[in-house]
Amino acid sequence: MRETRYIRAIAEALHEEMARDEDVFVVGEDVGGPGGAFSATKGLMEAYGERRVRDTPISESAIIGLAIGAAAEGLRPVAEVMFADFLTVCMDQLVNQMAKTRYMFGGMYTLPVVVRAPGGAGLNAGPQHSQSLEAWFAHVPGLKVVSPATPYDAKGLLKSSIRDDNPVIFLEHKALYGSKGEIPDEEYLVPLGKADVKRIGKDVTVVAASRMVHEALDAAKDLSKDGIEAEVIDLRTITPLDRETIFTSVEKTSRLVVAHEAVKAFGIGAEISAMVTEEMLDHLDAPVLRVGAPFVPVPFNLERYYLPNARDIAAAVRRVMEY
Amino acid sequence: MVNKEELLRLLYLMVKVRRVEECLVDIFSQGKIPGFIHVGIGQEAVSAGVCSCLRERDVVFTTHRGHGQALAKGIDLNRFMAEIYGRRDGFCKGKAGSMHIASREAGVAGSNGIVGGGLPIAVGNAFAAQYRNEDRVTVCFFGDGASNEGTFHESLNLAALWNLPVVFCCENNGWAQFTPQKVYMKLQNISKRAESYGMIGVTVDGDDVLMVREEAEKAVERAIRGMGPTLLECKTHRWLGHYVGDPQKYRTTEEVEEVRKFDPIIRFQKYLLENKHVDRQYLDGLEAGIKMEIEEALAFAENSPIAPAEELFTDVYA
Ligand SMILES: Cc1ncc(C[n+]2csc(CCOP(=O)(O)OP(=O)(O)O)c2C)c(N)n1
Repeated sequence: MRETRYIRAIAEALHEEMARDEDVFVVGEDVGGPGGAFSATKGLMEAYGERRVRDTPISESAIIGLAIGAAAEGLRPVAEVMFADFLTVCMDQLVNQMAKTRYMFGGMYTLPVVVRAPGGAGLNAGPQHSQSLEAWFAHVPGLKVVSPATPYDAKGLLKSSIRDDNPVIFLEHKALYGSKGEIPDEEYLVPLGKADVKRIGKDVTVVAASRMVHEALDAAKDLSKDGIEAEVIDLRTITPLDRETIFTSVEKTSRLVVAHEAVKAFGIGAEISAMVTEEMLDHLDAPVLRVGAPFVPVPFNLERYYLPNARDIAAAVRRVMEY
Repeated sequence: MVNKEELLRLLYLMVKVRRVEECLVDIFSQGKIPGFIHVGIGQEAVSAGVCSCLRERDVVFTTHRGHGQALAKGIDLNRFMAEIYGRRDGFCKGKAGSMHIASREAGVAGSNGIVGGGLPIAVGNAFAAQYRNEDRVTVCFFGDGASNEGTFHESLNLAALWNLPVVFCCENNGWAQFTPQKVYMKLQNISKRAESYGMIGVTVDGDDVLMVREEAEKAVERAIRGMGPTLLECKTHRWLGHYVGDPQKYRTTEEVEEVRKFDPIIRFQKYLLENKHVDRQYLDGLEAGIKMEIEEALAFAENSPIAPAEELFTDVYA
């Protein structure tokens, strides 16, 4: 094992997959020489050259369309969209084209595309560079949505995403880029569609994704002092959602809080809450509570009021415990 | 020069496209086809002229008005018809319909319901050919209206920049849905835009199949020889409404009648007759053969069942 940063873990995954498979190529704005806005693709140009590391014009729709067209022919593009917010600039290509190509043409095509995009707030990047849009994509049949919280998962999930035969929206959290964690020296994969129990507990289940996993773990530590043992589930993959891991945990704890950084309204918390209520109402000892951002854009210098945190999660847990 | 065999092939493609679309209008009006359809009657010279210079392995990206493009590329008529009927034996098992016809065997990558949506994907297709050093070319059809989508500009710029083996074929029928070109753009010749991306742009009379063929051949040749993409604008005429059943309140009856004088098939037949490449008897025989093909396709489609309910859940993910 060795310690590495989240951003380096991403870079390692790209390096390894490009070395393994000639069909893998990287495409996006500034991905070549500069190594991407956050340096995730640093060193790829030197290692694999201009043929496989493609710097593009600032044309997000063309980047995604290129990836779709190339993937339909059997290549395995990894497209970088500089900020997750910019995914909205190419929504047609992502939603009407990429997500539907296989279905619409009756299974004629396989589209192994990965679209990497850094999202999330915490860097004071303002309303157009800070959003968490996972629910938008999770709502679209045909896409997979991945959202790692740790360097270990980031690397393993990215490698799996590149090997997956479906379009994957890979949402990195840019406030986690500098975070450190242990990863093995040898090669490993983290499967898509499999959540991870990051902390075992018996009293309440906290389901979280991306940066909120760390807030949930902090909250759990705090709650433990009061004798409340929270089980923290890191979704890792938003879709396909690992329903089993959630159900198994809620069967044990009978209480559920869902935490995400995106606005609470119509977010993935609503889906998970509804799913658990539909499937296991009899097991629940309290209503499911959600923790998410307020229904406002991400404000530049007021993020401190905006971002959900460990305190909010702990408060929600206390409410379900007291119910 | 186009040899006699090829001349006859062009004629066959144009007449076939025309008769198939006439048949589609007919059966759609009888309520036999669900949804809605767009036909390109009057525009046959474009698909025939362009697709006739492509090889099987070359790929076309087609549009919502793409029956002709797909047929001219050689798509199987039976399965084409079954797809339009929404039946199990259609290319896409009834999930696509007229607007999303596709067949990989025929090199018909798939038609798009989003105006301009196919251009970036066609660029990706051409990129794959270049990446793997494959000897093939990609043709992307789109309408005059589509040339005002951002994807048009992004795609042309990128394709020119990377010298990709693609031909952008603008099938300019003068109308974008209910709006004539002069109402929505200042330029008359869309091919002029090519220059701003550093590629060759050409405008041809899209009702003259030999002109289309000649310029398409040059464009395909350039693409194959690594000389990059071309924007080929073919000016043609849409005889009918935007969709079948469109009352066309936005243009006069005189105009609707007027455009028929540009008939690319009559024009080409005249040329062939005058140059003694064909006689009347040949033309009659051609019509009879096509009629049989269509009847067979209709029977195939009508005898094909609707796919079972389980089909709803297949093909969402690989
Ligand atoms: C993005 C998008 N905008 C609008 C439409 C509705 N629409 C369908 S076809 C069409 C006209 C397209 O004109 P053109 O590209 O010239 O093609 P034509 O119909 O003449 O073949 C419009 C506006 C659409 N399908 N997609």
